[in-house]
Amino acid sequence: MSKILFENRSLVVPGDVVAEGDRLTLAAPFLRRVGRSVVATVVGLLTVEKSNNEYKVGLIPLEGCYYPRPGDVVIGIVRDIGVTSWLIDIRAPLPGVLNASDYLGKPYSPSEDLSKYLDVGDVILAKVAQFDRGRDPLLTVQEKGLGKVVEGALIEIKPSRVPRVIGRKRSMLSVLQEETGCQIVVGNNGRILLRCPDPEREAIAVLAIKKIEREAHTQGLTERIKDFIIEQKIKRGLIGGSGR
Amino acid sequence: MGAVGEKPRLIDESGRRIDGRRPDELRPIEMEVGVLKNADGSALVKFGDTWVLAAVYGPREAVPKHMTLPERAVIRCRYRMLSFSTHERKSPAPSRREVELSKVIREALEPAVLTELYPRTTIDIFIEVLNAHGGTRTAGVTAASLALADAGIPMRDLVAGVAVGKVDGVIVLDINEIEDMYGEADMPVAAMPGLGRITLLQLNGVLSPNEFRTGLKMAMEGIRRIYEMQKKVLRQKYAVIEEE
Repeated sequence: MSKILFENRSLVVPGDVVAEGDRLTLAAPFLRRVGRSVVATVVGLLTVEKSNNEYKVGLIPLEGCYYPRPGDVVIGIVRDIGVTSWLIDIRAPLPGVLNASDYLGKPYSPSEDLSKYLDVGDVILAKVAQFDRGRDPLLTVQEKGLGKVVEGALIEIKPSRVPRVIGRKRSMLSVLQEETGCQIVVGNNGRILLRCPDPEREAIAVLAIKKIEREAHTQGLTERIKDFIIEQKIKRGLIGGSGR
Repeated sequence: MGAVGEKPRLIDESGRRIDGRRPDELRPIEMEVGVLKNADGSALVKFGDTWVLAAVYGPREAVPKHMTLPERAVIRCRYRMLSFSTHERKSPAPSRREVELSKVIREALEPAVLTELYPRTTIDIFIEVLNAHGGTRTAGVTAASLALADAGIPMRDLVAGVAVGKVDGVIVLDINEIEDMYGEADMPVAAMPGLGRITLLQLNGVLSPNEFRTGLKMAMEGIRRIYEMQKKVLRQKYAVIEEE
């Protein structure tokens, strides 16, 4: 017999015993088994799913740094130029490494100056290709849409709130894009790139994203964000007051 | 410390202590998390007139790099008493006592933190005593553990601490500065109550085996109460946002 001691989507803190029993699947690294009980290790929201007498328990952390995983899309800022690679700040505890041969797409001889291609402070959109505990995260730009970012606005939010900005099945992201008309790229490391038709819409998108960050742990957020954007648009005279 | 004068009466006829508390009574405790904007996690803890501020950064890249470990994060901890925290100005240079307490507090927190999740990084903990009135190391442990949780660093359990002492032959909980100065014994204890593990135990003075057992039991009960307050305050941070 398994017992869940908290409701779905409730807030748990480190040390909370969230469940007891053995017919449980733990879907998060932030849950730990201690004997027969399951203990939370971070402040977060508990997710409970039940399927034929088995519980699947997960924990979405509300705080914490970005820790890279292979396959993550990240927005990085060039921090240092090496002989055959760049060091990229990806807001992780360890710097990202982007090899020159990967960025240029061809073998690279160290005779050239790398700052010709990417200089300190440049922004890139990249994917984490490899990351194991022994080495620094290796980045790649060899995929469609990745590479140097030349235009747009960059904002930062807490990396732990990224899943909320995207939403279940990208629902929040599509609301944001549809309602503001901005093109939005969300990096898993909490950096967000906005390409907007005008400054007013950009301001609205930024405010909406910051609101999501602040209220990430509340329910019914997608609807509230939709209303918020419409309200802002009316306030700024982008659409009429009646209907929309 | 003021002039060392006559030893005051620490327990009066009715069994009350010098500040009017019963022997098993804690000082009024206040806690707040997320008080510092720049830190990844922070907490302010007040045990009566003892005020302690803790800030946590990380896990982050270590400087200098050679001090990192390949299999886990390194925890660095600095405990400091501010110059104005005592009656007579304390020299800002780190004293022998502060260096030792930094190590003791670090060792009280290390068993709780899941350092193996973040190899080759460091977690920095800064503990600043704003006002010292006895029990600063246990208040420091309590604050630092809250700050770690606030930073989203995975922990096996929260750590809470409190000191017990023997004054005028009576075992008392959460001793203040005067009781510490004139008492017969002082025993700081820190523990992870959820797991039933003690992470810090020191004893200054003399206790009989029976007094030790009574004192430890009293300390663990105090720690339980502090632990519940810690959990409550961590939850409160998000409840406030929800109401807005």
